[in-house]
Amino acid sequence: MGEEKPSHGGLGSLVSGVREVFESGRTREMEWRKAQLRGLIRLLTEEEEEIFDVLREDLGKHRGESFRDEVGVLVKSVRNTLNNLEKWAAPEKADTPLVSFPATAMVVPEPLGVVLIFSCWNLPLGLALEPLSGALAAGNAVVVKPSELSPSTAAFLAANIPRYLDAKAVKVVQGGPEVGEELMEHRWDKVLFTGSARVGRIIMKKAAEHLTPVALELGGKCPCIVDWLDSKRDSQIAVNRITGAKWSTCAGQACIAIDYLLVQEQFAPILIELLKSTVQRFFTKPENMARILNEKRFHRLTSLLEDQRVASSIVHGGHGDPNTLSIEPTVLLNPPLDSDIMTDEIFGPLLPIITVKKTEDSIAFLKSKPKPLAIYAFTNDEKLKQRIIAETSSGSVTFNDAIVQYGLDSVPFGGVGQSGFGQYHGKYSFELFSNRKAVLKRSFLIEFMFRYPPWDEYKVGMIRHVFNFNYVSLVLALLGLRR
Amino acid sequence: MMAAASSMEAEVAALRARYAAGRTRAAEWRAAQLRGLLRMATEMEAEVCHALHADLAKPHTESYVHEISLVKSSCKFAVKNLKKWMKPKKVPASLMTFPSTARVTAEPLGVVLVISAWNYPFLLSIDPIIGAIAAGNAVVLKPSEVAPATSSLLAELLPRYVDGACIKVVEGGIAETTALLDQMWDKIFYTGNGKVGRIVMASAVKHLTPVVLELGGKCPVVVDSNVDLHVAAKRIAAGKWGCNNGQACTAPDFIVTTKSFAPKLLEALEKVLEKFYGNDPLRSSDLSRIVNSNHFNRLKGLMDDQMVSDKIIFGGQRDERQLKIAPTIYLDVPLDSAIMKEEIFGPLLPIITVEKIHESFALINSMTKPLAAYLFTKDSNLQDQYETSISAGGMLVNDTSVHLTNQYLPFGGIGESGMGAYHGRFSFEAFSHKKAVLVRGFAGEAKARYPPYSPAKLKVLKGVLKGNLGVMIQAILGCPRGK
Repeated sequence: MGEEKPSHGGLGSLVSGVREVFESGRTREMEWRKAQLRGLIRLLTEEEEEIFDVLREDLGKHRGESFRDEVGVLVKSVRNTLNNLEKWAAPEKADTPLVSFPATAMVVPEPLGVVLIFSCWNLPLGLALEPLSGALAAGNAVVVKPSELSPSTAAFLAANIPRYLDAKAVKVVQGGPEVGEELMEHRWDKVLFTGSARVGRIIMKKAAEHLTPVALELGGKCPCIVDWLDSKRDSQIAVNRITGAKWSTCAGQACIAIDYLLVQEQFAPILIELLKSTVQRFFTKPENMARILNEKRFHRLTSLLEDQRVASSIVHGGHGDPNTLSIEPTVLLNPPLDSDIMTDEIFGPLLPIITVKKTEDSIAFLKSKPKPLAIYAFTNDEKLKQRIIAETSSGSVTFNDAIVQYGLDSVPFGGVGQSGFGQYHGKYSFELFSNRKAVLKRSFLIEFMFRYPPWDEYKVGMIRHVFNFNYVSLVLALLGLRR
Repeated sequence: MMAAASSMEAEVAALRARYAAGRTRAAEWRAAQLRGLLRMATEMEAEVCHALHADLAKPHTESYVHEISLVKSSCKFAVKNLKKWMKPKKVPASLMTFPSTARVTAEPLGVVLVISAWNYPFLLSIDPIIGAIAAGNAVVLKPSEVAPATSSLLAELLPRYVDGACIKVVEGGIAETTALLDQMWDKIFYTGNGKVGRIVMASAVKHLTPVVLELGGKCPVVVDSNVDLHVAAKRIAAGKWGCNNGQACTAPDFIVTTKSFAPKLLEALEKVLEKFYGNDPLRSSDLSRIVNSNHFNRLKGLMDDQMVSDKIIFGGQRDERQLKIAPTIYLDVPLDSAIMKEEIFGPLLPIITVEKIHESFALINSMTKPLAAYLFTKDSNLQDQYETSISAGGMLVNDTSVHLTNQYLPFGGIGESGMGAYHGRFSFEAFSHKKAVLVRGFAGEAKARYPPYSPAKLKVLKGVLKGNLGVMIQAILGCPRGK
């Protein structure tokens, strides 16, 4: 259980060791895969208190938030995988055209081999273990590189993965960017990276040298459209959900957190009042909101507010305490669209509200922006919902709630365009880490001589019948009854 | 070159504007393009065969069977299934987000680039764009300049049969391809070799563009003694020399068989070859020529290699002026000879012998993963062992190549043989984004989600995430009471 502190060149033997384990065939066995998944569930349940501790150390997360967003959703997901694994791993029959009779065609999922997972600091447990569970379910050997920016969680993983899982087949490698770069010098059968586009590009470039396939889970500015809502109850519920999705999820430091709102201009004042009262109701104590990761990010966030035009648009909050690395929930009304807060991904507890004359105008606004990981919209207008789905593009769309799509095992999770490529969660995790091998078996029984040279028009004619699925003509021609 | 690059930028931007205006989205447009391609393949069969003959001396029958008819059946399959593929798929929404509905909607990626290859220049241009069009994208096709007659034919025909404003052909060599790779694409689909595949993927990093790489490798054929030898020999010969004279990514590259069976196999192959191509194969019109002098010289180099030149046991005739090489067989060349290290892509067939047939597995696994792995045997145990021991894009038992004609099987490589797959609905998916859409209402509000967190709320969350119906109901009814 000592830490794997990599020395220069030391990673080479770790990587080749893991590959040897994969080649031994151990990780392909269904029993092995299930044992790993059960091990993950035991890790999450038995070590729950320690998990809450390390997440609080790294990010100041309250145990409620940690359970809701990391532990609970993970246990549910791994159980779902365990229940469905045999079905997912089973070969799937594919149709074969009559002319190839007798033949059987199947798509057989097989593991890719040895995969590498880069986790991120904001959901440091979830973003390591969710992909890990998929990779193990698919029968791979895995190396996990947690983010060094959440060191307590990284150390927790390094200490506990070997205790609950097959320590030779699942490795945790700690360290900073230089370790990540060294890992990428090797060839992997797949790499899943969660993080910023800047680092994603570095990973992909290195992967290209080895033709290593990658999946990039990146970020972006997730917009939330808010339509005029008639009912008081609906409005309060919408605000509850918006507030939760912004400030109760790692203080807004989440790739699927709401970045900014697009609000119908007459509804904006109502919304702002509700936000203020709801924020006060939810965040009674500092411990109910995670802190900002570190000083560098704290200063980055506060500097977003230094722009005079931005500062004057603050309608709630705006203060931060560098000693506790906390920034209060902050709401801004119509900061300039060319300010940094409206061009960069915020990843923090600052919520700009941009007003639009008609809610439909949001659609044109979004079309001019890079595709985000998620689009949210609070509305009861069915036509508007259809237009948003059809005319915008994003990893996902959620109506009248936010963040919850993350916990839904039946839908794929991942970006498009600038928010990344490759999807996972549920069966998609299994598929991401599998090779769908096509297997066709034929017999020697029936042989068509017109397949072979030397060619002549007669043979070509027969082949035409085959390709037109004209079996009657084919049979007649074979019987010599027709040319 | 600068002028070419900036005019290309303008062309791609225009394509993007047309895509953004929605021109490629409607099912009617997509079906019309696919029918246009079908008409083109039908009406222009003679012209296409003529171009393929000019580029490759490809026999008319191969042109019809391997290129035209596959394009036609691919078009028909896409038209038939288009509505089904486009339809959103409902998926179960979880108890956690009750009440809600969830679905997965396929949407186009946007503007995509398809780079084709020279050996099946018609098929490998049109088949991928069928998928891109079916998925609703705008497309740029870059045919291979190494097959210039087909390239210029495509440039002339496509605008006549499809919407030339949204489906463009750009001809050219390295300079034009580099300029194209510099633009922003929503997907790049490349068919070719691993060296250029790496360049394509590295270029894709700039805009975080996902790629499909259909590459090659050494497709092994394991031949057991328990076979119908005559049929096996025909099918092997058809797959090797009947497919562009070995210049095909799925052509058998080398054979592995037992020492005791090799003489029988060799005899059968020689008999079949004489039947197919006569006594003087260089004069047979049923044998494609080598595409150009570069490749001819490359193959000449493999043949004249001192390590193998004395291992030749059949064939070896060549005509440099006509760029023709006859079917040539080698026996037990050294495993570290060039002919066993690189993809042959020509009419040279090494036969490697082993003591026991199972030794072939270790040999194949010591090489990079191939696009296709073949096995000839009636022994179902051996078939099963092969399937589980060998990793490849596709696997075919008792035949060669034909698996790629099955629209229900994914076609693509793994490891050095590529990433991603297509054919049938896999083509549609390769060019689509699966967008998750989650629709909630304002009913079913669970206070336990929100801060301020408390042990009572945590208990409720635990129950909900476990799927405990009783706790779920309580949560919806507003437990815990109070804040």
